[in-house]
Amino acid sequence: MLKIEDLQVKLGEKEILKHIDLEINPGETHILFGPNGSGKTSLLMTIMGYPQYEVVSGKIMFKGEDITHMPIDERAKLGIGMSYQRPPTINGLKTRQMVELCAGGEINEAALARQVNFEEFLDRDVNAGFSGGEIKRSELLQLMAQKPDLMLFDEPESGVDMENITLVGNIIAELLEKHLHPSRGRSKMQAKADRTKMGLIITHTGFILDYVSADKGQVLYNGKLSCVSNPREILNCVGDTGYEECVRCISMNNLS
Amino acid sequence: MHINEQFELKAKEAIHKKGAIGPDVDLSTFDPTPSPHFEMVDDDLRNLPREEQERLLMAGLDVTEKERGGTFLQMNDHAVHCHSSQEGIEVLSIQKALAEQPWVRDYYWKLADVGADKYTAAAQLGLHDGYVIRSLPGSKSVYPVQACLYMHKDGMQQNVHNIIVAEEDSELHIISGCATAPHLKRGLHVGISEFFVKKNAKLTFTMIHNWAEEVMVRPRSVARVEEGGLFINNYISMKPVRSVQMYPTTHLVGEDAVARFYSIVVGSPGSEYDLGGRIFLKAKGTRAEIVARAISNGGKMIARGHLIGEVPEIKAHLECKGLLLNGGLIHAIPELEGHVDGVEMSHEAAVGKIAQEEISYLMSRGLNEEEATSTIVRGFLSVDIPGLPPQLQAEIDRVIEESDKDVM
Repeated sequence: MLKIEDLQVKLGEKEILKHIDLEINPGETHILFGPNGSGKTSLLMTIMGYPQYEVVSGKIMFKGEDITHMPIDERAKLGIGMSYQRPPTINGLKTRQMVELCAGGEINEAALARQVNFEEFLDRDVNAGFSGGEIKRSELLQLMAQKPDLMLFDEPESGVDMENITLVGNIIAELLEKHLHPSRGRSKMQAKADRTKMGLIITHTGFILDYVSADKGQVLYNGKLSCVSNPREILNCVGDTGYEECVRCISMNNLS
Repeated sequence: MHINEQFELKAKEAIHKKGAIGPDVDLSTFDPTPSPHFEMVDDDLRNLPREEQERLLMAGLDVTEKERGGTFLQMNDHAVHCHSSQEGIEVLSIQKALAEQPWVRDYYWKLADVGADKYTAAAQLGLHDGYVIRSLPGSKSVYPVQACLYMHKDGMQQNVHNIIVAEEDSELHIISGCATAPHLKRGLHVGISEFFVKKNAKLTFTMIHNWAEEVMVRPRSVARVEEGGLFINNYISMKPVRSVQMYPTTHLVGEDAVARFYSIVVGSPGSEYDLGGRIFLKAKGTRAEIVARAISNGGKMIARGHLIGEVPEIKAHLECKGLLLNGGLIHAIPELEGHVDGVEMSHEAAVGKIAQEEISYLMSRGLNEEEATSTIVRGFLSVDIPGLPPQLQAEIDRVIEESDKDVM
């Protein structure tokens, strides 16, 4: 379980996250909405442990451990992984080698890559000249090898062409064990209990909701998590009235 | 006057002439006296102490001679082992070749200037040995010929002259290493190399340096590439050395001739490198590329590159990337000279440190900071060299892999 309590974060001199509370239980997926610059990526980077995001107060708990000041690699080892929106290029490091590093040992890169239609990129340097959509598939491939328990997705569908969007959506659903549906002899409750993977997904478009059932939607606005609601509802509301109006409206509903 | 007397005369005039660039070496502090002659048969090579075999292997010479088309090994001042196992490829010691093969005289001091400086002079006046490697017209070498110039005697001066000829339509691959015995601390290596790539021939030359902390190195090399010829020249040096200064020159004289230089160099504290490459593009359709990767973890490094386009319709590119890991200095000096309209020449140079963003990215995949850094460094040093046979690429990768621990 991820539990964030009263988290305040500074980037340089600027306060970018204000009193964030967030709880993601095993098996749950949350969607994070918010306008550009509202702090969504910063929240993900803070959870991942990027040191330039300075935690001023509050704490982050994961699997019962206080990880607030834990280095990135230890968080990764504890089971946190991230799919980046704009990862850096690593010259001279082949995507194939990167996948192996993620797996922490030998792995069938080709078979894994086939699932995300990415075989022909295995011998190219990581992210070197990749298009937006190619980066997303490369990131997913790395997560497939890494198998984290909590996955942070930063706009996983942006830049992905129509042909690959279904693929990307289904892979994310699979990573988050959404296939563990109630089936014969297993109740809905049991299926949910089997599912342990957690997800936090940033999206602007909501396309991802067509593939991944999410438990909660949250809006981050001006560094504050302003409302919790059904993700579809938030998406519709934002589409109709914009973020500012949406935040005000849902906040009022939550108060009443 | 006999041609050799002319060389002697010119050399004598240059015995006090300092090199055009780089720190001066006091030759009087090194011992050029030859040692007693001996030869080594295959078994002798394989019975060398393990430690020495490893030194040789790190310089590309495999005593098992597996996947090698020939071997030349020079110990101190003379060749001790020399043979070719491929038809159409000749491997000779230069002393023997000068004495017995008149054709070698057509190439001796043809490109390099014997009067250039005191190092070229020393190689004429006190020549020890060196190799002559030639691929006959139309012959294609399957495996690389391995050559190694090994210094065993502490404080010695080694004077070497090499001649490499790829005849028309032939293909020749050479891996040439320099190394010192484990106990050797101090020495001077002077090496003249003259490369002749004839019409439509292909020559790849991979030089691996594996010196000791107090060794001075002054190679002087010049190449000439004829019509349709390809010359790939790789240089790798990752071990400590006192000072290396070299500025090999290549003349592309025939249409569509191509030269590519790749160098991968690590400068340790106390090491001083002044390296570069100069390529003259003298005929239509010629292409040149110089790619350098330099890492300094405390050493002083000058990376030069000079491309000279003398005729239209040529294309040349220079790329130098430097990484400062632990102090030290990297000075990139790229030069482009276009003498006429219609040349296409470019360069890119960058010197910096490892981006924190890249380290964090790899850490988020589970690598610790040290692993992430060494992964990035290894990537930085891995250069894809088009046209290099896979086993030579593997050899380069192996050297980089093994030296990795010393870099960090």
